[in-house]
Amino acid sequence: MTAMFKSPSRRAVLRGGAAAAVTVLAAPRVLRAQPAAVKLGLLQPMSGFLAQAGDLARIGAEYAVKEINDAGGIKALGGAPVELIVGDSRSNAEAGAQATEELNSAGVVAIGGGFASGISLTATQAAARYDLPFLVDSAVADSITQRDLANTFRFGPNFTMATEVALANLVKLNDAAGKPAKTVALVHEDGLFGSGLAQIMQDKLPGLGFEIVEVISHPTPARDMSNVALRLRSLQPDLIIPSHYYNEFVLLARTLQQQRVKPKGIYAIFGGAASSYQFVSEYPEAAEGVFDCNHWGDPSNPTDAALKKEVEAQGKFFAYNAPINYSLVKVLAEAVEKAGAADRAAVIEQLASAEFASGVMPYGMTKFDASGQNASALPLNTQVQNGEIKVIYPADYAQAEPKFPV
Amino acid sequence: MYSPLIVAEALLNGLMLGAVYALVALGLTLVYGVLHIVNFAHGAFLTVAMFGVWLAWSQLGMDPYLSMILIVPAMAALGYAAQRWIIGPASRGADNSILLVTLGLSIIIQNGLLALFSSDTRTIDTDYAFQVVELGPLLLSFPRVVGLGAALVTAVVLWVILNRTDVGRAIRAVAREKLGASLVGIDVGHIYAVTFAIGSACLGVAAALLMPVFYVEPNTGAAFVLVAFTIVVLGGMGSVVGALVGGLLIGVVESASSLWFGDSLGQIGIFLIFIAVLLIRPTGLFGARQ
Repeated sequence: MTAMFKSPSRRAVLRGGAAAAVTVLAAPRVLRAQPAAVKLGLLQPMSGFLAQAGDLARIGAEYAVKEINDAGGIKALGGAPVELIVGDSRSNAEAGAQATEELNSAGVVAIGGGFASGISLTATQAAARYDLPFLVDSAVADSITQRDLANTFRFGPNFTMATEVALANLVKLNDAAGKPAKTVALVHEDGLFGSGLAQIMQDKLPGLGFEIVEVISHPTPARDMSNVALRLRSLQPDLIIPSHYYNEFVLLARTLQQQRVKPKGIYAIFGGAASSYQFVSEYPEAAEGVFDCNHWGDPSNPTDAALKKEVEAQGKFFAYNAPINYSLVKVLAEAVEKAGAADRAAVIEQLASAEFASGVMPYGMTKFDASGQNASALPLNTQVQNGEIKVIYPADYAQAEPKFPV
Repeated sequence: MYSPLIVAEALLNGLMLGAVYALVALGLTLVYGVLHIVNFAHGAFLTVAMFGVWLAWSQLGMDPYLSMILIVPAMAALGYAAQRWIIGPASRGADNSILLVTLGLSIIIQNGLLALFSSDTRTIDTDYAFQVVELGPLLLSFPRVVGLGAALVTAVVLWVILNRTDVGRAIRAVAREKLGASLVGIDVGHIYAVTFAIGSACLGVAAALLMPVFYVEPNTGAAFVLVAFTIVVLGGMGSVVGALVGGLLIGVVESASSLWFGDSLGQIGIFLIFIAVLLIRPTGLFGARQ
């Protein structure tokens, strides 16, 4: 009885203290045994004139990371969580390469993103020096995957693939309406993206029965579109095909409205704003009826709607950047999973050979060809109808019938 | 190729764009005419004024045109202070030091703005930004028409200040003969700062006229100042009339060349003129009198 209440001897206290100390010292070893986080880089324009796009991409990518981690992380690595590190390309190519260097120093296994063609070109090249896999999201210049860079892959469609679809659908649209459109004016930004696209259009449109009456290029950022609108007013083309980034598209659409230029249709190819809810809600009149052939999530996939909700919950307007970057993070995580190691070379090997689920993008199974281009990537055709962006082509994903002429 | 109507409208657009260029150039040419220095901080000051207009709109809900009543005096005060207590003392009277001091000041301002506002572009949305004024068959952008009117008014006010007031007489006296002016009791340091203040106030007006149709980021001012330098050289260094006429002319040239050569090459005409003026008439259109 009494022994039980005996105060502990000095020796016992020392023993206990030593045991406790050992436990404390051992604790870091226990932590270390947990799998280290797999670092994925996201390179996006977080500031500068493209910052809006970067912000949406970040929301999409973070959503994917949360989903992956909630589902138990990378299973092949003992449930290692994914950690997203965002690099800011500051909307220009030089800073894009610098940010890639920073992501490399941060020890990322792979980078996704890029957004603009000019930025993606320098960033993938910078990543190539470290054999760091780079999965480009929405940048479309063909040349990105044509430089024999083993580390460079593109998730979305390139120019050639996209214009093929866009032109086939344009012909379909025009034929179905009884061929009301004969003349076309191209308005494009004078960077790699706009000029490249305009060149392809100039090569292909005449063969499809359209006459190109004018090709107008402008710098990004543009100060003013009044002269562009004036030229369009004097030429009265049936169709205007614009290719530029968000601000310029808005400026053009609003200036056309101001100058009362009313073509039979505005058929954007990768239009910066034509499939952005910001444009649609801020300038509903200018946006109504605008067509776009662009990156777009599968509208029947419930996660696509969830992403839109998440974007809106953060006080932003939805556009394709969120779904494509969500899906791209999923692909990269799957590649790490398949590689079974957070190892750059192994991830490149998997990207080059395996097949991947495409997240919410309408690509079926993603499979990269020898150049690193996702062979199953596909843009969708949308039209703004009554303040909503509706998929009109292809039939498998269509939500509404096209309205043409507008 | 284009109908006369389209050409007329493009030229009018240019005239209206040129009016804002002229406002920026007015401040630059005034400072040059009086202080005989090239103010490299002019563009940075314009950016500051544009951010001021943006802040007044986003924080206080002020209409950009109305915000002139805040921005113009604020810019004048800033200009006065900058010359009186920074540029003047730091340059110690040597012209080439002033050049470097203003250059340094512009770098500090630009990076300060970058730290404060990041490199995002900011715009102001107003109901009237895309409204038009119908002039017969011509559709003129409303903010541009306001810009042209305000620029002309500002130029007239400036001319009255310079020619009909004591301050103006003092400014002209200092510009002509610094030593003589100080001998008759003019406070040269004060007049220098007043000139700077007037030049900066012009930028306040320009900023308020620009913001409804343009955007601001920390490097925005630089794009305008390059054009303003061309205008100052074209109009004649130090000539107010030259800056106004030169500004309007440059606007028209830019608009016309972007109509015919495309927007990407719109500015090529400006710099061709710049080189031509330097070769043929280095004193500029109105700058002959020295």
